[in-house]
Amino acid sequence: MVSQEEIQAAESRAGGIRSGRAPRRAALPPLVRHLLWALLAFAVVVAVSSVVDPFTNVRVATVGYLLLAAAGLTVLTGLTGQVSLGHGAFLFVGAYTVALLVTHVPSLPFWADLLIAAAVSGVAGVLTGAAAARLHGPYLAGATLALAVGLPAITQRFPDFLGGSNGLGFTVNSMPAGLDVPTTRWQAWVVWATVLLGMVVLANITSGRVGREMRAVRDDEVSAALAGIRVGRTKVLAFLVSAVCGGLAGGLQAFLLGTAAPGSFTPALSLTLLAAVVLGGVGSLWGALWGALALVALQAGAEELAHGLSLRTDVANFLPLAIFGVVLIVVVLVLPQGIHGLLRKIPLRRRKDSHVEG
Amino acid sequence: MLKARIIGLSALLLLSACGGAGETDPGGGGAASGVKNETAGITDTSIVIGTHQPLTGPAASGYASISAGSRAVYSYVNDAGGINGRKIDYRVEDDGYNPTKTVEVVKKLVLQDQVFAVVGGLGTPTHSKVLDFLTAEGVPDVLVSSGALAWDDPAARPMTYGFQVDYTRESKILGKYVKKNLAGKKVGVLYQNDDVGRDAQAGLDQFVKDAVVSRQPYDSANTDVLPQLTALKGAGAEVVVCECVPAFTALAVLTSARLGYKPQFVVNSIGADTRTLSGLLSAFSKQAGAEVSPSALLTGMIGAGYLPGVDTDDPWITLFKEIHQRYIPDVPLTNTLVSGMAQAYTFAQAVKLAGRDLTRSKLLEAMSSGSLSGPGMTPFAFSKDSHAGYTGAFVFTVSPDLTPKVVQEPMVTDRGTGPITAAPTARRTPAEVALVG
Amino acid sequence: MPDFLTLTLGGLTNGAIYAALGLALVIIYRATRVVNFAQPALALLCAYLAYSVNRATGGYWLGLLVALVAGGVLGALTERVLMRPLRRSGELAPVIATLGLLMLLQAVSGMIWSAEPKSFPYAFDFRGAFSPAAVFVVVVVLVTAGAVLALFGATTLGLRMRAAAFKPEVASLVGVKVGLMLTIGWTLAAVVGALAGVLAAPPFLSPTVLDAVFVYALTAAVLGGLENPVGTIIGGFGLGVVLSYVSGYVGPELVTLASLAILVLVLTFRPHGLFGRGVARRV
Repeated sequence: MVSQEEIQAAESRAGGIRSGRAPRRAALPPLVRHLLWALLAFAVVVAVSSVVDPFTNVRVATVGYLLLAAAGLTVLTGLTGQVSLGHGAFLFVGAYTVALLVTHVPSLPFWADLLIAAAVSGVAGVLTGAAAARLHGPYLAGATLALAVGLPAITQRFPDFLGGSNGLGFTVNSMPAGLDVPTTRWQAWVVWATVLLGMVVLANITSGRVGREMRAVRDDEVSAALAGIRVGRTKVLAFLVSAVCGGLAGGLQAFLLGTAAPGSFTPALSLTLLAAVVLGGVGSLWGALWGALALVALQAGAEELAHGLSLRTDVANFLPLAIFGVVLIVVVLVLPQGIHGLLRKIPLRRRKDSHVEG
Repeated sequence: MLKARIIGLSALLLLSACGGAGETDPGGGGAASGVKNETAGITDTSIVIGTHQPLTGPAASGYASISAGSRAVYSYVNDAGGINGRKIDYRVEDDGYNPTKTVEVVKKLVLQDQVFAVVGGLGTPTHSKVLDFLTAEGVPDVLVSSGALAWDDPAARPMTYGFQVDYTRESKILGKYVKKNLAGKKVGVLYQNDDVGRDAQAGLDQFVKDAVVSRQPYDSANTDVLPQLTALKGAGAEVVVCECVPAFTALAVLTSARLGYKPQFVVNSIGADTRTLSGLLSAFSKQAGAEVSPSALLTGMIGAGYLPGVDTDDPWITLFKEIHQRYIPDVPLTNTLVSGMAQAYTFAQAVKLAGRDLTRSKLLEAMSSGSLSGPGMTPFAFSKDSHAGYTGAFVFTVSPDLTPKVVQEPMVTDRGTGPITAAPTARRTPAEVALVG
Repeated sequence: MPDFLTLTLGGLTNGAIYAALGLALVIIYRATRVVNFAQPALALLCAYLAYSVNRATGGYWLGLLVALVAGGVLGALTERVLMRPLRRSGELAPVIATLGLLMLLQAVSGMIWSAEPKSFPYAFDFRGAFSPAAVFVVVVVLVTAGAVLALFGATTLGLRMRAAAFKPEVASLVGVKVGLMLTIGWTLAAVVGALAGVLAAPPFLSPTVLDAVFVYALTAAVLGGLENPVGTIIGGFGLGVVLSYVSGYVGPELVTLASLAILVLVLTFRPHGLFGRGVARRV
């Protein structure tokens, strides 16, 4: 337990999301501040998406849904201390919900599909949370890993409805008539609009009472319980929040790529998401952003490198995997607080951040 | 003020309320659109093409060598000056057999690399997810590496062309062979629980439905096939038709040896790659005796094939062995590798046929012209009305020296309930196709 | 209908392998409170080394020996280079570090031996309902488990290792070299893991072949109780047999779902596994 307390102490020194600090600008309530940030971020996304090529817009959108997935996992793992190796299962639920709605209820608009996907994955999250609330450490990790491995197998049991191992393929129509922008740019906008709304909600939850309770549960369950916090309920709530984010991310992925198939929701996805959270900086929603960015950039960079160097085929094929592994090891050893921790060491950043998280 | 801002951000999402998410966009896309960007990916000296292949991950075993074979053929073509002066720049993207990744990398190939065509994209779960996109973008999508039926749909998928013989066609041919030559025997079926198994049984059942005593699915993620083989043995199946990939053919053969069960195996073309099988089975005789040497395990196995076997002296094999020796001597020469080489050769041939003023439309015209002929033992179905690849297969048994012995000459048929007839015997040799030089 | 006896015996053989890899996880968990996610990749690399030696010598045993030695070296190296700096960095850092190592070692194996599957021999004849090869697997796993238990329970080394794991401060006060004990724990675990890898590799070895084995091994360890080697062995064999029945009587596609269902069921009633003793956390 000593080591855990130490990490938490180190974390709060390095400045994870801090609770209970009086906002410096009392004039702006958190919701307004978060919304302003989201609007600014959306303006940046629109600006970026308008100057880059169509495929980079796919990458921009990919960063978006990975951000939401990682942010959900940050709430569960970073804030509440529940290490989950099965976050991909909620993306699976979200993606299949959207896929089934698009194919079977074509008249529903896409935003309704997304809301339903969020609700369905929320139910999955509550069920998982209820089953997992009593589990600790590796038992929780093992159970959630089993979830990530087991759940997609359901598609094999109902091949006619869920498409078996081929999964479902479809095209989501969301572009309003009369709007003339390239498809992938529009997709990036839709993804980011959803993601940013989700992030505003997350930022509000985590900066308020619920967030404080989550951190209290993470730091010490016994003390939290003594302080009157209902530990089990808080954990289930964390699972709910993270599952809704995961489900939305899965739904957005389905929207962006037009596919929902079991081969996309392997344990590797769950582990990659957890890696993204740690890479970015566990314990802060900003970390989720850096993690999602790093994931996409690393993947693209490693593939470019593998193509660029003239290596033996086998070496080139496995180079991206090797690079990712090395980066994870180095980050854990050298940057225990992730990219966010690194950025915080730069004084200028520090001031900016305190606006957001105060 | 605040509400206005929330609405401002949400407005975009609500804009999508204009139409149902699953309804076809009346404005653009859809099936009717044809070729776009006629000369994308082409310069006077080069053609950029792309493909998606599982190079890492569980599906890489068995498939990773296909693109290596294709690349070797393109290198051979390029070193001889290219096609009409254009060298082929072959971009292979790893999708790990993950459909999400497939869509990403294909979008990258089309939108960023601006490929002229997608050639030999591998796998049904993967490639089926990019059909809409490639159709909408008007990108030729030729010689798909999968025997699924979906690639042959010229009305809805004008860009997409198959390559290998589809699972239904070859299983009809195998089914008829079993009915005629193994009459009266009880038949068991071991099948992969996806389109490979489903489409194959549709063909098989046209002939042997009444003889089938047990059908056992396997899941490619679960390599323990002991339960399935026990069930087939328990049902008294004397013939086991294996609609499998090579690793699972080998597992089925090994597991039946483990059970002391000796059915007559009948294997589809993808699973009957004797070179790959004998490699996979090579390690066991040392510890367990000569009865489990590759020769002992495989002799007598019946298989289907649509390309000349590696162990024949077909002129195409002679050429491919030369190319293999020159460019990729380290990669084991298997029938799977040859399929990659044959596919690349076929594509190069179509490019040549399309002429010096190459466009996407001209490539598709060349594909549909009916003039493509090449390594395969049967003709392609390619025409205006069909985008199916090879139309049939031959049947062979494995000899004790592990070479295939043809026991039924190539036959052709359709994917429905049409008759099975002898394939034309005339095939063009590499010299006659004269791709280079 | 598949034959009950064959399914049971087949399940026992699979289960022995889950138990062996699970045992490797338990040894490390007991020593350092870390679940070693790199275990399948460490075992994979050793199995590939065994493959290369087998190919070069034509025999089986030298390859096995090389794999075990390589396992020990890799285990010790992992502890010294990677895990020691992370000893006080919380629950998540070791998970990510071992995941990184997993990816790196899998990639290295793929780079050296390619993604194509390699034919990998059994130790003996594999034919028969309960073949010499299967007997060998089960016996070796049981003997190994017995040896590990004896080491933990009946030797001073075992006592020191336990002390170093559970009360490091006290242990170092009474002269136990805590660091050395941790290294020995990792070495021992990686040797057991390498053994599991060589046993699990046949018939075909490829870079991802141990992933599924690892998931079941972790499931077995969690089922049995991560601190409890006996529980893990029972969990491994039990899981192997039950999954074999599920595959034979219900459907091979349901094996992973069944393993999830079993885990949920057991953990609902026993949050620290069937044989684990939970540390009282609530007051």
